[in-house]
Amino acid sequence: MKILAFAEQREGKFKKSAFEVTQAAKKLGGQLGMEVIAVVVGDSVSGIAGELGAYGAGRILTVQDPRLHFYSTTAYAKVIAEIARRENAGVILLPASQMGKDLAPRLGAKLNAGVAADCTALAVGGSDIVASRPIYAGKAMISVKVTSPVKIFTLRPNVFTASPVNGAASSVEACTVDLADADFSAKATSVKVAEGRPDVTEASIIVSGGRGMKGPEHFHLIETLADVLGGAVGASRAVVDAGWRPHDEQVGQTGKTVSPSLYLACGISGAVQHIAGMSSSKCIVAVNKDKDAPIFQIADYGIVGDVFEVLPALTAELKKTLGK
Amino acid sequence: MKIIVCINHVPDTEAKIKIGADGRTIDKAGINYMLSPYDEFAIEAALRLKEKFGGETLAISLGGDVHKETLRKALAMGVEKALLLKDDSPRDSDSIGRALAEEIKALAPDVVLFGKQSIDYSDELLPGLVAEHIGASSVTCVVKLDAQEKSFVCEREIEGGHEVVTAILPVVISTQKGLNEPRYPSLKGIMGAKSKPIEERQPKAFDSLVEVVAMSKPPAKQAGKIVGTDASAAAELVRLLHEEAKVI
Ligand SMILES: Cc1cc2nc3c(=O)[nH]c(=O)nc-3n(C[C@H](O)[C@H](O)[C@H](O)COP(=O)(O)OP(=O)(O)OC[C@H]3O[C@@H](n4cnc5c(N)ncnc54)[C@H](O)[C@@H]3O)c2cc1C
Ligand SMILES: Nc1ncnc2c1ncn2[C@@H]1O[C@H](COP(=O)(O)O)[C@@H](O)[C@H]1O
Repeated sequence: MKILAFAEQREGKFKKSAFEVTQAAKKLGGQLGMEVIAVVVGDSVSGIAGELGAYGAGRILTVQDPRLHFYSTTAYAKVIAEIARRENAGVILLPASQMGKDLAPRLGAKLNAGVAADCTALAVGGSDIVASRPIYAGKAMISVKVTSPVKIFTLRPNVFTASPVNGAASSVEACTVDLADADFSAKATSVKVAEGRPDVTEASIIVSGGRGMKGPEHFHLIETLADVLGGAVGASRAVVDAGWRPHDEQVGQTGKTVSPSLYLACGISGAVQHIAGMSSSKCIVAVNKDKDAPIFQIADYGIVGDVFEVLPALTAELKKTLGK
Repeated sequence: MKIIVCINHVPDTEAKIKIGADGRTIDKAGINYMLSPYDEFAIEAALRLKEKFGGETLAISLGGDVHKETLRKALAMGVEKALLLKDDSPRDSDSIGRALAEEIKALAPDVVLFGKQSIDYSDELLPGLVAEHIGASSVTCVVKLDAQEKSFVCEREIEGGHEVVTAILPVVISTQKGLNEPRYPSLKGIMGAKSKPIEERQPKAFDSLVEVVAMSKPPAKQAGKIVGTDASAAAELVRLLHEEAKVI
């Protein structure tokens, strides 16, 4: 049996999750005695495919086609399912990214495979893989086992580690899968890139602002702090609903789920629905003038103070420490 | 245009979650339920498609009798018909997807709408599962929709931007916040929904492919360190982040 790792790339560049997924596959492969194969799909990917070797992919398969330059749910699913069948894959790992989450159920239906979604941990017990993740907005944890012969897991980005090992042997093979026009019944034709800061789901540092920021005109304090840290700007639903910030910045149960290494909550009370989206952050810092705000119950560090005084001071201190 | 919207009934976001005696499900006692928030965008999108193209709208929910409450909300918002696939037993996404697909395929809709995710398990699996089973195109996490007779041009959210996707009908769409502002049910709508019939059928059973091994409360986090009570604490906070937490 083999493990297939889907290595996501866009515009000829791997997503960090591609390395995380490959390395997670390598670890599982070691525990279960299974060969690891990474799959890269796109327009021009043979040049980058070799990068996956350092993360533990012994074999790397590429499927290149100009029509696969942009993502197509139907065509990508066909390609991966086809490769999984040819290789007799027993386990398929994908990132729980917008692409991976879109592909996983399609593959599940094609391969009669159960999908364990958005896993934050994978453990091997005997010959079983037990996948865990938070549910009910982080109010409970669930562990599941996939019982079908083919098992699919999507891994929450930023949770699994990816550290390259130099000198690992790997081979890159080009594969072809026949694609007809009918396989592109849903197809991306362009991507509108939001310029500037990273997306909250990909950033390793997020600075979020809430209603305590008092108005959209004060979010430059959040933005400057985020920029000094090279981080993303996040928001509570209260400020998104008020129209102060765009909804793609919203963190929480009805926003995005994030797992950065550092999450700074500024003027955010810490409602359960907000915490739902960010409780798996590695380090949480809260700045709030109310010492009883619930956000302090989950924060690793807190300053009980006014954001309008604390944020500029924090920005200045960080500039000093980071030498900017 | 034949439009179907699939909706789910989930614990209120404020609900206190307790683990049930079996250690695999939640204790349902005392929990209030609501229409899953993303599904409101799906209902609104269904109504707008009907307003633009004419045709019919049908809301489907698979679950116990309590799901009728959520179907009534869809009717109150303006959906014309409702179908309860009545089944109270625990099912995994795969089996819900197969049961929904079976019903939906027989109805041969042009469009099937879903919320982006149910906020209970947040699997985000059903739109893709149903699309594949009924042989439809699909676009998930849609924030913008330009609907034409034969194809839809959608914008879906991706990391750091939007992907512009053309999808040929029949199509499955999952809706993300930002797509529209769901309408409030009118008083007339609410009154009317009370007397509208909700059709009931028993969905087919399928074996689960994902088995719950255990459910537990997350480990309690110990309260953190209050570094200070004014701006003068900034320097110490930066030192702690740098030297203790090592995150910057
Ligand atoms: C179905 C549903 C889904 C939801 N989904 C989400 C979601 O996805 N994400 C989300 O965030 N919320 C969500 N919510 C809303 C959530 O319940 C809260 O209303 C929201 O998170 C509050 O945002 P806030 O913390 O910015 O505002 P508030 O709760 O008003 O908190 C503002 C905080 O700022 C502090 N403050 C004020 N002035 C200052 C100052 N000068 N300096 C420092 N601190 C100051 C106050 O002490 C207070 O703690 C949802 C709610 C429902 C019902
Ligand atoms: N039991 C159900 N019956 C009908 N539709 C459902 C049900 N559960 C989920 N859905 C739909 O599928 C979407 C995605 O749910 P999920 O895959 O569970 O995250 C929801 O937003 C609903 O539109």
